[in-house]
Amino acid sequence: MSGMRSLIIGSSAMVLAFLVLPLLVVVPLSFTDSQFLMFPIPALSTRWYAVVLGSAVWAEAFANSALIALLTTALATTLGTLAAVGITTTRFHGQAIVMAMLVSPLFVPVIVAAVGLFYVYAQLGLSASYAGLVLAHTMLALPFVFLTVLATLSGYDRTLTRAALVLGATPLQTFRLVMLPVIRPGVVAGALFAFVTSLDEVVVTLFVGAPSIRMLSREILNGSQENLSPAIAAVATLLILFSAVLMAIVEALRRRGARLRGIAP
Amino acid sequence: MTARDGFVTFRGVQKTYDGRMRVVQDLDLDIRAGEFLTLLGPSGSGKTTTLMMLAGFEAPTAGDILVQGRSVLNLPPHRRDFGMVFQSYALFLHMTVGENVGFPLRVRGMLKADIARRVTQALEMVRLPGFADRMPAQLSGGQQQRVALARALVHEPRLVLMDEPLGALDKQLREQMQQEIKHIHDSLGVTMVYVTHDQSEALTMSDRIAVFHQGRIQQLDTPRALYERPASVFVANFIGENNALPGVVRDTAGGDCIFALGEASVLAANGQGLAPGAAAILVLRPEQIAINPPEGSRRNRIAARIVEAVYLGDHLRLRARLPGGGDILVKRSTGGGIPAVSPGDAVILGWDAEHCFALKSEGAE
Repeated sequence: MSGMRSLIIGSSAMVLAFLVLPLLVVVPLSFTDSQFLMFPIPALSTRWYAVVLGSAVWAEAFANSALIALLTTALATTLGTLAAVGITTTRFHGQAIVMAMLVSPLFVPVIVAAVGLFYVYAQLGLSASYAGLVLAHTMLALPFVFLTVLATLSGYDRTLTRAALVLGATPLQTFRLVMLPVIRPGVVAGALFAFVTSLDEVVVTLFVGAPSIRMLSREILNGSQENLSPAIAAVATLLILFSAVLMAIVEALRRRGARLRGIAP
Repeated sequence: MTARDGFVTFRGVQKTYDGRMRVVQDLDLDIRAGEFLTLLGPSGSGKTTTLMMLAGFEAPTAGDILVQGRSVLNLPPHRRDFGMVFQSYALFLHMTVGENVGFPLRVRGMLKADIARRVTQALEMVRLPGFADRMPAQLSGGQQQRVALARALVHEPRLVLMDEPLGALDKQLREQMQQEIKHIHDSLGVTMVYVTHDQSEALTMSDRIAVFHQGRIQQLDTPRALYERPASVFVANFIGENNALPGVVRDTAGGDCIFALGEASVLAANGQGLAPGAAAILVLRPEQIAINPPEGSRRNRIAARIVEAVYLGDHLRLRARLPGGGDILVKRSTGGGIPAVSPGDAVILGWDAEHCFALKSEGAE
């Protein structure tokens, strides 16, 4: 028995280590005072943070990535939520096909989507534009929102909608006052996925964007190909910190919501 | 037709989901203003579908539904001005009790101060004063259903629908809530349509009951008429305890018939106009049967043998075997001195003709 137990613990620890270590290894690297990305670190220093935060290029990349991620989040969350609500509250012919189309970006290789977007956006004049990047990222992020909201809706009691309607609420009031508060955790989680999807995106960004539109992912890729500066590790660490803060905020919101409904967290 | 008739009218309403199996067939129903009408029936009988069509959540396949003389078929649920209580309470768990009760007023754009006043009144009516700031999850099932009741009434709707509202409560609480809902109905005078599969609940609360079976209304009547003059074997069996004895109609005379019950014949009401020779069911309530009645006191008299006697405090339950072999249930109240009988005794069972009914056997329909 104890042999089996230690095997399970051991293999679980290995899986977790493989998942997390590559992420965590950049954290010490970012605090190096060396010119190069290398172990061991000669001495601790925050000089690369100073470089990153003082650089106009990185500042522009941060600003652009944040703007495009926020717009993508807003668009993908709205569309994905509406799609999920629509597909669960009505029945129509071809429902399965619509559903498959909504999640298809998850199954199409990103490089294929990127090539397709490149040609279509060139025709439409959307290439190398902010609007093109937001639309392309929205396409990739929408399935995540759609699926998380769909999962939350499966636990939604449809009687609540009926109660609201029969008591005089319009369909819009019913959505805003009754359904949305209940499915909010799914919407927020979907929005988070959408934000991170946009922030991380490299392939489509390379095809649809342009060097003139500086983006974090593009600059990290360029930096790691050209000069392997520890500035990249500093940027990556800042991103990890940012994601952790984001997740903490979402969890805090979830607990607050659960407490408001009188359910123990 | 009285002036109150036709507050709600179902006219030739049908509902089918697959085009073949009709969940509701040719439904004609008049609901009177201010009445407490119960749709009673087993699951799958069409009662809930009927309520859902009235609420506007299902559309009839054919026919029309009118409220106060106007068709509501093109009116979406939120514009029908109804209130509704659900079995699952359907309270909005992210809102306080006060916000739940105030919901129908809020979506109608009423001023906050007016909402607060009406909410307070509604909570007092359901005996939950001071609960406005609690969350629904902190309340018991009975309290939650009171909140749902207040929420269904606060906007003074023209019609209140109830879909098995007490089904999730335990027996004692259910009986208490039955009384309270009935009192609220009587004091407000609002029209209520109530769905249940519980016949005793229907008898307790209703002005009239529509008994549903296989998508049709079998009988629409007062509780007393349903119990004392059932129009079909289904209604007789579904409501209260009943003897359903198979036999044959021998002869008819006016509204009555001679009914052959094994070797014996009895005189029975022939409400369905059965013809001589028809195989039928004799319906007879167990408490209408006297044991060893005085000579000449009951029209129908049959010799039988007691096979079982159970003393239940307020009444005595006897099972007697008829000469033909069938068993008959007899209930005698212990209030008037119970007959001294025990298993094996030969007795005479007697009842009057107006208490037994020759009705079509269900299989022959």
